This record gives sequence, structure tokens and C-alpha cells, in this order.
Amino acid sequence: MPAAQAPARQSQPFKPQPWRDRRIEVILGNLLRTGVLISAAVVLLGASIYLSRHAHDPADYGVFRGEPSEYRTIRGVIQSVIVGRGRGQGIIQLGLLLLIATPIARVAFSVVGFAIERDRLYVVFTLIVLAILLYSFLGSGIGL
Amino acid sequence: MNVLEFTAVVAIVSFVAGLLGSLTGLGGGVVLVPLLTIFFHVDIRYAIGASLVSVIATSSGAAASYVKEGFSNIRIGMFLEIATTLGALLGAFLATRIPTSALAIIFGAVLLYSAYLSRKPRTQAERSLPLDPLATRLRLNGSFPDLEGRRSYNVQRVPTGFSLMFGAGALSGLLGIGSGAVKVLAMDQAMRIPFKVSTTTSNFMIGVTAAASAGVYLSRGYVDPGLSMPVMLGVLAGSLLGSRILVKAETKSLRLVFSAVILVLGLQMLYHGFWGKI
Repeated sequence: MPAAQAPARQSQPFKPQPWRDRRIEVILGNLLRTGVLISAAVVLLGASIYLSRHAHDPADYGVFRGEPSEYRTIRGVIQSVIVGRGRGQGIIQLGLLLLIATPIARVAFSVVGFAIERDRLYVVFTLIVLAILLYSFLGSGIGL
Repeated sequence: MNVLEFTAVVAIVSFVAGLLGSLTGLGGGVVLVPLLTIFFHVDIRYAIGASLVSVIATSSGAAASYVKEGFSNIRIGMFLEIATTLGALLGAFLATRIPTSALAIIFGAVLLYSAYLSRKPRTQAERSLPLDPLATRLRLNGSFPDLEGRRSYNVQRVPTGFSLMFGAGALSGLLGIGSGAVKVLAMDQAMRIPFKVSTTTSNFMIGVTAAASAGVYLSRGYVDPGLSMPVMLGVLAGSLLGSRILVKAETKSLRLVFSAVILVLGLQMLYHGFWGKI
């Protein structure tokens, strides 16, 4: 659908502009939706296992104990899913990791998108954001 | 309460948080953290972990349609995200070095004033703005689908907006929540970006900022699967509904919702400053 221009207003100093970045926006939107749906599906799967086993346990989050180490690192989560000791919680945690990955993937894809548009300035801007993001995410001791 | 009841109630509360978060560009944490700690007696650290999950879920859930419909401006988002992420790094560095209570009181007062300011819709004259040379060079000007067709806008005062974004990032690193509010206010009040573009671009950005600090919270054991599961699913559903509402909503009513949520956030910050963390 071609972008409709706004109706002319009196003494309008705007220069009407074509809708730029349309293609990147559609691809980014689809990427986000796919990422979110996959992570939600994984969390739902984990939730059904977790609830089928723990539905009648008392829920108590009043005292902070901290999560066990297997839920604190990427490697720990993946191992707990493979070994199956996760009892559902490991699968939920994997889904949450996938959710956290969607904004990072969004920035990474934007680099490619701006490169396709030959917009060097924004390739540089987006690379800076990606670098800071990866630095603080991976530098936190979450491990790979 | 057993796990099943707890999951159901938290999911419903999170649905509302996701709805409000996606409509206002603030993320779900504003609503979620006080509710979880006060009514569900959840430890603040688990609540912060769940809030982080909710911010990413709101952002990614709603961003898909906001980006596709052409509301969020990805250039404004990416450009300002440089300031926000750098600010967040500084904030995290300063967090253990300066007292946050005084800061929370100042921030709370600023938010109460902003709640008053952002309530007012813009006049026709305030909408027609000249081209700003820096904004033009950075290609920040754009257009978005207004109720009566696609409307163009010219971004103003880029350096002020960029500095405020740096402050927003630092605040989020220092206080844990509240960066979405400064983002929307900086774009709306300082850079004079149309309200719907401001909130949806903030919505696009908060997920990136939250992802930057997700590693820290996850590795400290703040993210609990049993608590985060209903939060994520509820917030996601709420944000999908919110993104459908925003497209058709009148800016006037969105401003009122935003100003009400900002008011609540301001009071939270004052409480935080005077009596310690909620």
C-alpha cells in the first residue's frame, strides 16, 4: 500500500516526506513477532510441566534466596533443559533467555538493514549501540 | 496462596501492566513492582527481575505492530539509544557510590510536574515546526499514520533530547525503574515529537535498554522462572491488546492515561526517597 500523504493544512511549513525505511520496518516487525512467539511457546511448554507438578505447592517469594546456579547462566539453563532436571523451570528460563535475545537481535538486524540502505551514519550508530549492549550483557558473568 | 492461584492472579495483574505499559511507552514495571512487593509480598529483588522481564515482553510484544504500522521511528530510537545505553553504564557504575534517596525525591518531583505538563494536547501552531538543521542532517524527521492520514513532523532540539536520554539511562541504572518516563518526556516535551511517535519509539527503546541490564540481574539470581512465567505471558497478551488500541486511540486520551501513570510513578519515587525501597 503506498503511503498516503497528510491532507494539506494551511501555512504548513512541513516538507512532506515519503515513508522511508518501510522495508526495514516490515522485516524488523516480523523478526520481533517471530522471536516473541517462539519464546512465549517455550515458556508455555515449561509452564505446563511446572504447573502440572507444583500447582498445589505454596507460593512464597517473600524471602530472597537467589536462583540456583543452573538458572543464572546461559550454559546452566541449556544444560538443565537437556538433562531434564529443570522440572519445567529450566524450560521457562530458556524461554526467558530467548525473550531477552529479541531486542539484541533487533539491534543486530538493524545494522544489516541500514547497510542495505547504504546509510553509513546509521550503520555506525547501530554498531555503537550493539557494542555497548553486548559489552554489558556478556560482561555480566552470565557466560556463554 | 498455592502456585496455581498465585500464577493466575499474577498473570491477570501483568495483563493490565502490559496494556498500560504498551499504551504509554513506559513498560510494565511501573505498575508491576509496587503491586508485587506490596500486595504479593514478593522480595524487591525478585520483583525487579520480573519487572525486567515485563519491560522486554512489553517492548517486543508491542513493537512488532508499532514498527510495522510505521509509528516508531527507528532512526530516532537508534540514535538516542546510544545516549541511553551509555547513561545506563554510568548509572550502574554510580549506583553503589551515591545515595539514591535524594535522587528519587528530585525525580519524583520532576515526574509530578511532568504529569501536569504532558496532560495538555498540542495546539495546531505547536505542531507546525520549522526544519532543524541537525535533525535534518541526522535524518530524524519522519511521518506517522494520524487518524486522518499520514502526518509529517520535524524534530526539534536534538542536543537537549540526547542529553536527557543520557540522564534517562543513568537514572534507570541508579533507580532500577523509570527510564521509559524520561524517554517519552524528552521526545514529547523537548524534541516536540508527536505523542504517539514518542510513546511507541520509547516502547521500541526500553527493550534494548532492559536487555543491556538483563545479564546482570539474571546472573545475580533475580529472575525466578516461577514468578516470571505468569508475568511474561500476561504482559505479552496485555501489550498485544494495547498495541491494537493505540493505533485507533485519540492522542488526547492517551495523554491522560500517560499522565495518570506518571503521577503514580512520581508518588512511588517520593515514597522510595523518603521511606526506602518499595
